[in-house]
Amino acid sequence: MRVGMLMSRVRVEEKLLIEGFARAGQEVDLIDDRELVLDISDPSRLNGYDVIIERCINHSRAVTILELLEAWGVPAVNNFTVANICGSKFSTTKALIANGVPSPRTLLAFTPESALEAIETLGYPAVLKPAVGSWGRLLARVNDRDAAEAILEHKSVLGSYQHSIFYIQEYIDKPMRDIRSFVVGGENICAIYRTSPHWITNTARGGQASNCPIIPEIEALSLAAARAVGGGMVAIDLLEKPNGELVVNEVNYTMEFRNSIDTTGVDIPSKMIDYVLRVGRGAQ
Amino acid sequence: MANANCPECEGVIELADGSFVAGEIIDCPDCGVELEITSVQPLTLELAPEEEEDWGE
Repeated sequence: MRVGMLMSRVRVEEKLLIEGFARAGQEVDLIDDRELVLDISDPSRLNGYDVIIERCINHSRAVTILELLEAWGVPAVNNFTVANICGSKFSTTKALIANGVPSPRTLLAFTPESALEAIETLGYPAVLKPAVGSWGRLLARVNDRDAAEAILEHKSVLGSYQHSIFYIQEYIDKPMRDIRSFVVGGENICAIYRTSPHWITNTARGGQASNCPIIPEIEALSLAAARAVGGGMVAIDLLEKPNGELVVNEVNYTMEFRNSIDTTGVDIPSKMIDYVLRVGRGAQ
Repeated sequence: MANANCPECEGVIELADGSFVAGEIIDCPDCGVELEITSVQPLTLELAPEEEEDWGE
């Protein structure tokens, strides 16, 4: 079987995957998206692979290359559909709602004035998020009207056009933590709590990881969220509401897991590799 | 052992042969800056690219 790994740089995760493929006796070609030149009319550069695992750090590159791979009939994990949905918070929320998966109430607006109206509809605090973004970057918890007016103006003046798609979400008063739940090939393999005194709990911003038992509610919601965005290998962020109800905050399609292996005792890269090889052998 | 100087602080960075690959990201043990291994033989290092707006999971 010919396996390729589409990547931008070799981080801890990519190194664990490379070592995992070697242990599985499977060679993997590293395809660096910074060196890639693709002739849109000539698939020969990539169509020899039985499967490509996507590990780009840039969403824009990942989704573009995956679209081409899909057109060329090259199986990829994750595929274009999953990347295209998960890469946009708006598309993710739309897919979750369409599949009856609970998520925070979210409003859209396109001018600072209408966005202010939307924020005041939800009430303070409200959360502003960029349509595309990760690692907790450019999230804003808006506590009052003065802050709302300032942030909305800055976003519309300073940001690219995408920042004038105002994605406004109700603030979930969660218990100083969220849950990161890992789904691989339809299996909820493990979950962690990410604890932080800050309202943004990403481990990339200092959140501390600890094991989270997979109770039936977490499993059901995680599997439903994964199905809603097209399956594959995804890391789902869940929030616990004060009444104990769980909601899906977002879904990540190029999941990071370095802090989750020892914490959960689950060999995440091996689970990912097994699934990738299954796709390479023709599984869906 | 392979070694090279950190482009930021010129500290000497030593890596066991076979323990690293091109494109890998490491932190300089002296100044902590993020570096990328741009070649294995010889070992060459560059400052890792800055985070961009659409980076993430």
